[in-house]
Amino acid sequence: MCLAVPGKIEIIYDGDEQLRMAKVNFGGVKKDISLAWVPEAQVGDYVLAHVGFALNKIDEAEAQETLRILREMGELEELNSQNISDE
Amino acid sequence: MKYIDEYRNSETAKFLAERIQKATSKSWNIMEVCGGQTHTILKYSIDELLPKEINLIHGPGCPVCVTPLEMIDKAIAIASRKDVIFASFGDMLRVPGSEIDLLTVKANGGDVRMVYSPLDAVKIAKQNPDKKVIFFAVGFETTAPANAMSVIEAKRLNLKNYSILCSHVLVPPAIEALLSSQNSLIQGFLAAGHVCTVMGYEEYIPLSEKYKVPIVVTGFEPIDILQGVYQCAKQLEEKKYEVKNQYSRAVRREGNLSAKKIIFEVFEVTDRKWRGIGNIPKSGYKVKAKYSMFDSEKIYDVGDIEVNESPVCIAGEILQGIKKPTECSAFGKECTPEHPLGAPMVSTEGACAAYFHYKKFDTAISEK
Ligand code: SF4
Repeated sequence: MCLAVPGKIEIIYDGDEQLRMAKVNFGGVKKDISLAWVPEAQVGDYVLAHVGFALNKIDEAEAQETLRILREMGELEELNSQNISDE
Repeated sequence: MKYIDEYRNSETAKFLAERIQKATSKSWNIMEVCGGQTHTILKYSIDELLPKEINLIHGPGCPVCVTPLEMIDKAIAIASRKDVIFASFGDMLRVPGSEIDLLTVKANGGDVRMVYSPLDAVKIAKQNPDKKVIFFAVGFETTAPANAMSVIEAKRLNLKNYSILCSHVLVPPAIEALLSSQNSLIQGFLAAGHVCTVMGYEEYIPLSEKYKVPIVVTGFEPIDILQGVYQCAKQLEEKKYEVKNQYSRAVRREGNLSAKKIIFEVFEVTDRKWRGIGNIPKSGYKVKAKYSMFDSEKIYDVGDIEVNESPVCIAGEILQGIKKPTECSAFGKECTPEHPLGAPMVSTEGACAAYFHYKKFDTAISEK
């Protein structure tokens, strides 16, 4: 039950609970999510949502960095195997 | 789907598994704390992809599983009253109490409702002024700010008929309890990414230093978990013990400060009993005295409840990683998700249910 799911903010509006709300698209399923704790989030951003609240904005640069490290590991691996076969 | 598909790529997964294999020279016991991660591991057979040197121990991080039986019985006692509407996240409804579960209360005419968010429970209270609305506030730090927010909302709306039955649990004290236990086999941890999204990971630094264990804050997709295992195993091999953040796309060191502020406005730290483990000091939240008018335990005196756990259930050993679900004599026989004998079989994030859904056939084969 601690799962939080990434979704894309499509519309931001003022909710009746005085909370900043958004329509968030989770791979086709749209839900109303409170943005109370992510004041910096804008339309087009991805947020991690849990029980009706966005817990954080997903950091695009950090996500790219993680994938870049993975790719680099792969390239290093290739280089190493080339070195071995060169010997 | 962005931020999902790229973390489920099977080529990347195989590549990472190979890297882990190359990096490990001996056996290591690594615990994934969170039930959500256990689910991913079984669903995507990550345990089979990993080299045999890596033994993943499934931790107690499923709030549904660790909510004590007394608390479920209290919920059932309150939900059975004629003047209440009892609201809860869906997965709590099927958790067996000593005798029945909340769904049975509903079938017997009780007004038990499943909600997606605690704010939905506040709405129900607003629409039903002649009824008392109780929300079953369970969960880890991930869920605490939303549950706290419901109290703040109820106060703002001046609702006199809303309260929460609070059974919150906290991850770092549970990690400490596991590490300080004599039985502990755990050499490294994958910390629960979503808990850290809210709380950050500063609390884990003294734990990692004191017990000399690497702790890697890890996400929930297969690639996240493999990368978390890699970072943990690498540290173990190099005799390092640091806190690392694999899930940096969602977790900052200090967590989400606005969400934390809401938690500490409404809750304070208290001792809490964990089902299957027992009392853990300072391991939960309770409602602060200044919000006691929203605290169901203060409003409804349900008295002392005596409880009896099923004698065959070894949930305690499973939640501490001492045994695997398939080692339980009732697993898949008397105990199934349709007829759970213990909490880890109820929630899809419970270790027993995860094994039942994804490992059934293995047991059948090994029994032949
Ligand atoms: S299989 Fe059922 S009885 Fe056995 S430990 Fe798991 S929940 Fe308890």
